[in-house]
Amino acid sequence: MEYSYAFLILLLPFLSFLLIGLAGMKMKKPVAGLIGTLVIGSVFAMSVFTAYEYFFAVGRDAATGLYPTVTVFNLTWLKFTELLTFNIGFRLTPISVMMLIVITTVSFMVHIYSFGYMAERDENYKKEEYEPGFQRFYAYLSLFTMSMLGLVVATNIFQMYLFWELVGVCSYLLIGFYYPKHAAVHASKKAFIVTRFADLFFLIGILFYSFYVGTFNYDLSATPELQSNLAGAAWVLPMALFLMFIGGAGKSAMFPLHIWLPDAMEGPTPVSALIHAATMVVAGVYQVASLFPIWVEYAPNQLHWVAYIAAFTAFYAAAVACCQSDIKRGLAFSTISQIAYMLVALGVCTAMEGEGGVGYMASMFHLFTHAMFKALLFLCSGAIIVIIGSNFKEYMGGLHKYMPITNICFLIGTIAISGFFPLAGFFSKDEIVDACFHFSPFMGYFMTLVSGMTAFYMFRLYYVIFWGNSYYEADPEHRRKPAEVPFVMWGPLVFLAVVSCFAGWIPFGHFVSADGHAEDIALQSLHFGPTAWMSLCVAFVGFGLATWMYAKGTNPLPDMLQRRMPRLHKAALNRFYIDDAWQFFTHKIVFGLFSKPIAWFDRRVIDGTFNFMAWGAQEAGETIRPWQSGDVRSYAVWFLTGTVALTLILLAIAL
Amino acid sequence: MNILTLFVVIPVLMLIGLWLSKNDNQVRGVMVTGATALLGLAIYLVFAFLEMRETMPADQYPMLFTYSTPWFKALNIEYAIGVDGISVVMILLSAIIVFTGTFASWQLEPMKKEYFLWFVLLSSGVFGFFISVDLFTMFMFYEVALIPMYLLIGVWGTGPKEYAAMKLTLMLMGGSALLIIGILGIYYFSGATTMNINEIAAMANIPVEIQKIFFPFLFIGFGVLGALFPFHTWSPDGHASAPTAVSMLHAGVLMKLGGYGCFRIAMYLLPGALDAWAPVFLVLTTISVVYGALSACVQTDLKYINAYSSVSHCGMVLFALLMMTRTAITGAVLQMLSHGLMTALFFAVIGMIYHRAGTRDVRYLGGLMKVVPFLSVGYVVAGLANLGLPGFSGFVAEMTIFVGSFQNADTFHRVCTIIACTSIVITAVYILRVVGKILYQKIPNQEFYKLHDATWDERIAVIGLIACVAGLGMFPLWADEIIDGAVAPVINHISQFTAVAGL
Repeated sequence: MEYSYAFLILLLPFLSFLLIGLAGMKMKKPVAGLIGTLVIGSVFAMSVFTAYEYFFAVGRDAATGLYPTVTVFNLTWLKFTELLTFNIGFRLTPISVMMLIVITTVSFMVHIYSFGYMAERDENYKKEEYEPGFQRFYAYLSLFTMSMLGLVVATNIFQMYLFWELVGVCSYLLIGFYYPKHAAVHASKKAFIVTRFADLFFLIGILFYSFYVGTFNYDLSATPELQSNLAGAAWVLPMALFLMFIGGAGKSAMFPLHIWLPDAMEGPTPVSALIHAATMVVAGVYQVASLFPIWVEYAPNQLHWVAYIAAFTAFYAAAVACCQSDIKRGLAFSTISQIAYMLVALGVCTAMEGEGGVGYMASMFHLFTHAMFKALLFLCSGAIIVIIGSNFKEYMGGLHKYMPITNICFLIGTIAISGFFPLAGFFSKDEIVDACFHFSPFMGYFMTLVSGMTAFYMFRLYYVIFWGNSYYEADPEHRRKPAEVPFVMWGPLVFLAVVSCFAGWIPFGHFVSADGHAEDIALQSLHFGPTAWMSLCVAFVGFGLATWMYAKGTNPLPDMLQRRMPRLHKAALNRFYIDDAWQFFTHKIVFGLFSKPIAWFDRRVIDGTFNFMAWGAQEAGETIRPWQSGDVRSYAVWFLTGTVALTLILLAIAL
Repeated sequence: MNILTLFVVIPVLMLIGLWLSKNDNQVRGVMVTGATALLGLAIYLVFAFLEMRETMPADQYPMLFTYSTPWFKALNIEYAIGVDGISVVMILLSAIIVFTGTFASWQLEPMKKEYFLWFVLLSSGVFGFFISVDLFTMFMFYEVALIPMYLLIGVWGTGPKEYAAMKLTLMLMGGSALLIIGILGIYYFSGATTMNINEIAAMANIPVEIQKIFFPFLFIGFGVLGALFPFHTWSPDGHASAPTAVSMLHAGVLMKLGGYGCFRIAMYLLPGALDAWAPVFLVLTTISVVYGALSACVQTDLKYINAYSSVSHCGMVLFALLMMTRTAITGAVLQMLSHGLMTALFFAVIGMIYHRAGTRDVRYLGGLMKVVPFLSVGYVVAGLANLGLPGFSGFVAEMTIFVGSFQNADTFHRVCTIIACTSIVITAVYILRVVGKILYQKIPNQEFYKLHDATWDERIAVIGLIACVAGLGMFPLWADEIIDGAVAPVINHISQFTAVAGL
């Protein structure tokens, strides 16, 4: 049977997590790492083979001309009601196969790269010892990979939610990897709580969806019965889907739930590359794509809201990215902006077929290419951080001389993300812009503008790192001379750089499209429309501006702008105070207005009432106690008085 | 002898053994033997029960292993026992907690022998409660389980222990007073011919007006033990002062007596009152869920945090019961099981940390991951289980409850469900706050560098509980099926008398 090995794709990383997690401390550090890496390597191989089998060996279904949806296995995990069972399964669709490739490729590269990154180095960048917690790091990576794979092969929305939570906790554990650091702990907490808050809406969305549709499945072709249920639930679907999207917006860092992602950069850089750039953060996009047919049919207006939210996020994040001095945070905002592109592309779709459905393909294509070049950029920045020992651009500059390979790789990534021909980003992003123009000219121009900003901030980042004024050369006596990173680190860089160069030429529309039929990407046959020329021009302007302002490091314009518009600069630097707004909300409102008064109320009022009752009983006892004094004479007096009184009363009644 | 009776006989034998034992090692020997026997018996009971149930028609499983013998003829009090799926998992839970609790109090000082005597007496009450189906016998075992708590906290506790012990006992006794009124009400108005729960339910002859009078007595009476708002305030003080294993047993099992009693007695025997009273209590339990979680956010004592968290989670049990759908009630029992395991784990680890660091105040703790990694990992696991991470039992229980509650489609139940759902976020806040504060970051106190990690007996307790929490979390179907089979006949019975119950 085909795909009979598929269960191993989930099981192997899980076993490696258990093995490294439980016995890791007994192992030598490289052994633990090697186990993890070998396992992911074999999962990578299996995924590639699955993709080969799915797209080529088995291929399209002869009758329908579509790639079939294959459910490899689907086990009942928990039974809720007759209709609603919680299944855990393995489902292959074009996009889940594509995600398998993305996840395992990046994960495999990150596993290799981390051998170099997670090490302590001496003066000359020679490795001395692997970092403490090396085994733990690889255990978490395995767990994350398993969870992410489980998420994308989910057969139903609840399975997705289950793994969704698991990737969330892996992200939490990995962001807080350097747990003695206050900032890391704080960031990990923030990431988890913000995404949990969003997941609450996801859960409520699932509850609505499942109650009215009568299933957790998103595979609706299964039965006609389901189709009619769906039609009956049409009134609730827009709300249910939008609630689920809020969950997705939390994971995919859409405004205003994006606040956790820049802080998440406190984690080790390979983690940022794997989780916070390539895989987990696109879960929201993948979720919308998984439910895409239902969105288009039952909630087209809400789908456009998604597009508007995402478009705003893209612009906002690009604006903030323009003035970050922490290179990882700059990349993080760039990630937010690029994910927003993917959601815009999904949001502007109006139909499954033809022009209206181009956005779906474009979105998935961008997801694929972005994963590659953004992972590349993050891994490059990791290489720089290893050498420089800091995230801040002030300590860099002029590195092209010292780190030639990293320089070239970073440049390739920059060109790719900026959307220059013929690298990956050009094709996928222009498809998106194209789809936007189909939707409305405003959206098209807006997203073109943002892609110009992308080119600007990415080249700015590139110049301040690799060109401009060198920090080392300013004082070579006292500062360490930068050097190239070892092979174990630049190897993955080169691999991803090569992929980023050529990924754009994959005839992606032949594998993934909204209606399932093969679709050609016009750009790949070099038919440039006006939109393509325009976005190339805009990207070029962004590039030119960045070159003029930052290439030499002597142009006074950036400083001048900063001085001229101090408010704007400060606001952008502080991410337009969104974080402070949240801080205010959580600390002042939730803690101050709810938790503290409730705790006070509990101790003083409720507990006070019970204590008061106890006190009352005791006081009553104290009051009565003297009456039982044990003094026979006073008893006698009371006894006599009582008898006399009783006699008098009886007499009074009798008379 | 009936297998169920063994659950009372073994603790009695253990009591005798403890009484005769001369030194610490003999005490430990008796405890380990007895606890292991109980655990083995409980596991055997699960299999025997399932095998026996196989032969019965689905959806109307009766009580199994029933046995009854007159005990006090004049009042129709019988020693009547029997179990369904719900009691079976509760017995299993109790056996696990007693077993792990034994190891958690391995090094307890002073007066180990006396401590374990009370401890075993308490557990015999718990087992007795879960096996009996006679109202009076049940009540008697209930009292047997409550009284030792006073001494266990008052003598072996910490902090303001006399105050806490007194408060806990008085409040729970207040609950008992309500209970006995309710029980007598049921007995007399059902014709005063039997105390057997199943027979009373089958007769179903209590007038609705009378049911409405006695329902709140029983529900609040058990609700006090199930930490129903506003009768929960014994919980923070009681737990904070109790020694480790007592906290484990109390939060892990004793609080479950409340939920179990609400279901088995209040709801099962007085279904006619549900239409009138369920909404009222549903509001109270919804408050419990959110209120407990919010209170936990600002506490500084680890045990207070966990006690308020228990208020929230046990509130969830009562909340789900009152949702009265088959799935929600199954979820409630799963939540009892899950909360019992994970809160026992939590209290065990907290006790071990307190034993070492000498403080439970989060403001003075920090960086423990570096010095006591095993305990810290245990704490993280307990925390993650508590906030409902998939793979641990909390997720299974909570999701069953939420999906089940959602089957009740009117607006009132919906709104309550959505409010209760918010607890998953608040739980994350208080758990991560504490984890971040006490386990991570820098070590604030030089003394902490001298702390030693868990000893072997502590490891047994922690690993055993983690295995159970993860086992239930990863393979929930078996527990789900055992419970679901027992919920079905009850919910069918209840739904004949009330408009609220769904399927």
